[in-house]
Amino acid sequence: MNLASAVRVITRPETCETSPAAPPPSIQVRHLDFYYGATRALKDNNLDIEAGKVTAIIGPSGCGKSTHIRVYNRIYQLYREQRATGEVIIDGQNVLDPKTDLIELRRQVGMIFQKPTPFPMSIFDNVAYGLRLHYRLSADDIAERVQSALCAAALWDEVKDILHRPGTALSGGQQQRLCIARALAVEPRVLLMDEPCSALDPIATARIEGLIQELRGRYTIVIVTHNLQQAARVADFTAFFLMGELVEYGATEQIFTAPKDPRTEDYITGKFG
Amino acid sequence: MPLSKTHTDREYENQLTTLRERLLLMTGRVEEMIADSVRALVRRDEQLARETIEKDHHVNRDEMECDQMCLTLLARRQPMGSDLRFITLALKMVTDLERIGDLAVNICERVIDLMAFLQLKPYQDIPLMADRVQKMLREASDAFVNGNESLAEQVIAQDDEVDRLYDQVFSEILEIMRNEPATLEPAIHVQSVIKYLERIADHATNLAEEVIYMLRGRDVRHAGKLN
Repeated sequence: MNLASAVRVITRPETCETSPAAPPPSIQVRHLDFYYGATRALKDNNLDIEAGKVTAIIGPSGCGKSTHIRVYNRIYQLYREQRATGEVIIDGQNVLDPKTDLIELRRQVGMIFQKPTPFPMSIFDNVAYGLRLHYRLSADDIAERVQSALCAAALWDEVKDILHRPGTALSGGQQQRLCIARALAVEPRVLLMDEPCSALDPIATARIEGLIQELRGRYTIVIVTHNLQQAARVADFTAFFLMGELVEYGATEQIFTAPKDPRTEDYITGKFG
Repeated sequence: MPLSKTHTDREYENQLTTLRERLLLMTGRVEEMIADSVRALVRRDEQLARETIEKDHHVNRDEMECDQMCLTLLARRQPMGSDLRFITLALKMVTDLERIGDLAVNICERVIDLMAFLQLKPYQDIPLMADRVQKMLREASDAFVNGNESLAEQVIAQDDEVDRLYDQVFSEILEIMRNEPATLEPAIHVQSVIKYLERIADHATNLAEEVIYMLRGRDVRHAGKLN
């Protein structure tokens, strides 16, 4: 970040007032299959993700949780030998349509990974990176949107005086919120979170979970987690996957107190011997 | 992923089994207390009444220990699904069982009071009522142990029969009081006994409703009576 940008940001109002995002979309998954080469990793997944809600995906390792959400922004296409069939419909558009603009799709469907991945640049530039990539904005506008994204990620108060420092110098929890700010800066409508707290301590985890609650309603959030208590705490809806199949999907309260499928019951009660 | 019906964590499995066994032990104790309290009434056995009152502290201790086990399991295991329903059932169950124990004590206290009076009439319907109540408690317990939803539903249905017996005996005693005002005091004691038995049946009904919730996650309490 150059000095002029830093001055603009620092002289902005101290309060965090974030403007509402565009209305979050619902997502319809229809007959989704996924293949790693010849291996079928997802089997006929059908799921309706509600707009503006938090949906958790749970299941044992290798069940296809991460694979499933990686289809939503087609990030799997970075790898050869991986392909998806079926439909993932966001705002009436099937994102698996070959004509889909992948850059625009990934702007609208942001992703947070298990391990925080700040770029080797300043805190400010980490957040501004996507803005410069996607938009032609004035330095003022970029500064404004960086502040807005850091506010939305509940990080502004902690970094407003050290925006020039490297993003990698932050704590693990702060780095993860920086990554969330980076995703929010380009105004996505869907946030995919793949085990976002697995590398964080309980306090940093609580901050991320609090942030998810704050973002609820403004974004459609899908979170993959191994932590059942986390799913129970943050999610409105929960989907249980087993061996590539969607076994059960329902309100989180129902899934964790009275699941209908005995396989869900066995998983959440720890009977998988 | 192979799935089985026991918890992968054996210590957790053992803790749940221990709690289940303690609940059964507590149920057995209160069942015996009901039987002894009514036996003391019928036989006019003050000694048995006093011994039964003494047993209540075991039930009180069971309640506290089961509560503590439940709290520990909730805090340390964060149970979910049927485990969560079982532990919340256990918390309610011990409250009902402890109250049943108190009601058996109340019956025994009335038995001791009644020793100062002649027996109003031969007891026929009260032992019958006590049998029904014990049967309800026993079957609620069996439904809990064996996961038998239909047996729990039968327990709920039997409550009407106990209510009918209560109304019948109440009317009979009222008639005696009308005809012989001198019997007022012992008659009131006997009326209290049947009220305690009727309350025990209500607690057994609660247990059965809680068992159904544990088994199926379906709340059948106050069915159709909330609006």
